[in-house]
Amino acid sequence: MNTKPFNWQPSKRLLIITGHFGSGKTNIAVNLAKIFAASGRKTTLIDFDTVNPYFRAADNIKSLERSGVKAIVPEYANTNLDLPTLPPEIYSVFKDEDPGSLAIFDVGGDDLGATPLGMFNPQITGSGYEMLYVVSMYRPLTASAEDAARLLCDIEAASRLRVTAIVNNSNIGEATGRDSLIQSSEYIKQLCEITGLPLAFSATMLESGDFDGIEPLLQMADETKYLWKESAEADV
Amino acid sequence: MAKVLMKGNEAIAESAIRHGCLHYFGYPITPQTEIAEYMAKRMPKVGGVCLQAESEVAAINMVLGAASAGARAMTSSSSPGISLKCEGISYLIGSDLPCLIVNIQRGSPGLGSIQPSQQDYYQATKALGHGDSQVPVLAPSSVQELADLTGVAFDIGDKYRTPVMLLADGALGQMMEPVELAPEGQTVLPEKPWAANGHENKRKRNIINSLYIQPDVLEKIVLERYKRYEQIEENEIRCENYMTEDADVILVSYGITSRICKTAVGMARQKGIKAGLFRPITLWPYPKKQLMALADQAKKFLVVELNMGQMVDDVKVSIESKKPVHFFGRTGGMMPSPGDVLRAIESEGGVR
Repeated sequence: MNTKPFNWQPSKRLLIITGHFGSGKTNIAVNLAKIFAASGRKTTLIDFDTVNPYFRAADNIKSLERSGVKAIVPEYANTNLDLPTLPPEIYSVFKDEDPGSLAIFDVGGDDLGATPLGMFNPQITGSGYEMLYVVSMYRPLTASAEDAARLLCDIEAASRLRVTAIVNNSNIGEATGRDSLIQSSEYIKQLCEITGLPLAFSATMLESGDFDGIEPLLQMADETKYLWKESAEADV
Repeated sequence: MAKVLMKGNEAIAESAIRHGCLHYFGYPITPQTEIAEYMAKRMPKVGGVCLQAESEVAAINMVLGAASAGARAMTSSSSPGISLKCEGISYLIGSDLPCLIVNIQRGSPGLGSIQPSQQDYYQATKALGHGDSQVPVLAPSSVQELADLTGVAFDIGDKYRTPVMLLADGALGQMMEPVELAPEGQTVLPEKPWAANGHENKRKRNIINSLYIQPDVLEKIVLERYKRYEQIEENEIRCENYMTEDADVILVSYGITSRICKTAVGMARQKGIKAGLFRPITLWPYPKKQLMALADQAKKFLVVELNMGQMVDDVKVSIESKKPVHFFGRTGGMMPSPGDVLRAIESEGGVR
C-alpha cells in the first residue's frame, strides 16, 4: 500500500465526528480509533448513533477490541430493539483526566443524529472538544458546497456545538476513481470559504490514486461489513 | 449523468422523482424511513408534494386520490405498515389505478424485528389485497436496480393500469452503492384519458370506483382485468441466469439473498461443485418458462430466502416437480453468510 504518512492529530481529548448520513463517518471513526490506539494512545470509540440500526460502529466491536480500542456501544445495538438509547458508560470518558486519552464519538447522520449531543453539552464543552464535519461531493444532498454548508449549520444548531474542521471523504464506493478525490478540490475550497473552517484532512479507501497535493491524507481500510461477500465469514 | 453514492432508500426516492413522481404519501417505519426523509427534503425543491400522513391507511388512500386524478403517486413502508395498506391496495386494484408501493421488508410476523427479511413473499405475490387480483412485484438486488426498477414499476403501472410493488428488504434499503440515475426532467408521462381531473364540459365525466352492485357487471370487469394480467405475464417477466449454463445444482433466490448466493456459487465452483443461480426479478409474474428451461439439465434446485420457504411452491410449479427442490433460509431478520449457503449446497444439493 502506497501509504502517505498521516500526521494529523486531534487537538483535544474529545473528537466528535458528524456529517450527512452515508458520508463515511463510521469508517473514518473506526480507522482513526485504530490508528491512535496503535500509536499508544488510550483510545475509546463511542457508537453515538441513535438514528440508524444498520451499518454502525457496533458491527466492528471485535476488531476494535483486538486493535486495543475500547468500544462503547448502545446496549441494544444489533438487537431487535429499535430504541434510541445511549449507554451510561459515556459519562466515563468525561471523567477520564488522562491527558493522553482520546474519545472518538461516532455520531448519527444529519442534524437528527447530532441532536443527542446536546444533552452532554456541559460535559463536552467542559472537557474541550474538536468536532469534524465529514462530507462527500458524491452524496446527492450535499453535492453542492451551499447544501453541505446548510447541513453543517443544521448540525451545529441541533448539537449546540461548533464544527471545528472539515473532512473531505468524497468517494463513490466501489466506483471511486483515481481522480474522484481531487475532482472535489474546488467543492471543498468553496465549502471552507463559505463556513470559514479549515480542512482537517482528506480520506480515501483507494491504495493509490491522484493524491498529489492532498495532505494530510487518511488512507483507510474499508471497515463496513458486507453481508453478501466472502469476507462476511470473518468476525461472526 | 455521473455516478453518485446513495443508500437504497434514497435511490428509490430520487429515481421516483426523476421518473415524474411528484406525489409521495408515507408514514415512518424502520428500515424505510429514509425514503420519506429524502422526499421531504427534495419534493419542495421540484414542486412536488411529500406528505406525512397520520397513518399508513391514510397514506395509501391519499395515493388513491392522487392516482385518480392522473398523478404519478407512490407510498412506501415496511412489512407491518404494508399490512395496514392492504385494504387500500385492493381498492386501488379494483379502481384500476396505477401507483408504486415500496415494501422494505423487516422481520415478521407482528411488529417483528427491524432487520432484513423476505417474509412478505406470499403477501406480495399471492394476496396483496382481498379479491381476485394480482399485483406486479419487482425484486431488485442492488442499489442500481432499486433505482432502475422504480422507473420500470411506474411504467408497468401506467401501461396496464395497476398498482405495482417494489419488494426489497432492510439491507438493500440501508446499504450504500454507486448508482447512475436517470436524467432529470426528461420523463414524458403517458396520457391518462380516464383520470378524474376535471372534464370542463369538454368530455364525458370520468368515474373512479371499485363498488359494483350488479355481480354480472363486476364479473366482466374482473375478466377484463385478468386479460391485462395475461399481457403482463407475456411482456413483463424479468429474470437473471448466473452460471447456470452447465450447472447441476441451481440456486433460486431473489433480492439481497441472491447476492449472498452469487458469492456462494463462486465458492462452490472453487470446490468443484457445478452450482448456478437463477434469479427471478419479477416475483409476479413468476418466470416459470425460464426456470422450466433449466429443469432437464439440473439435478437439484435449492431455494434460498430470508423466510421459511415461501417461494418453494412457485419453483415446484414452474418445473412441474421434475427435480427435487430443497430449501435453505433464515428468518426473523437473520441473514445467512455465503458460507452458510455453501454448506447448504453441500448438504442438500451438492453435486460434484
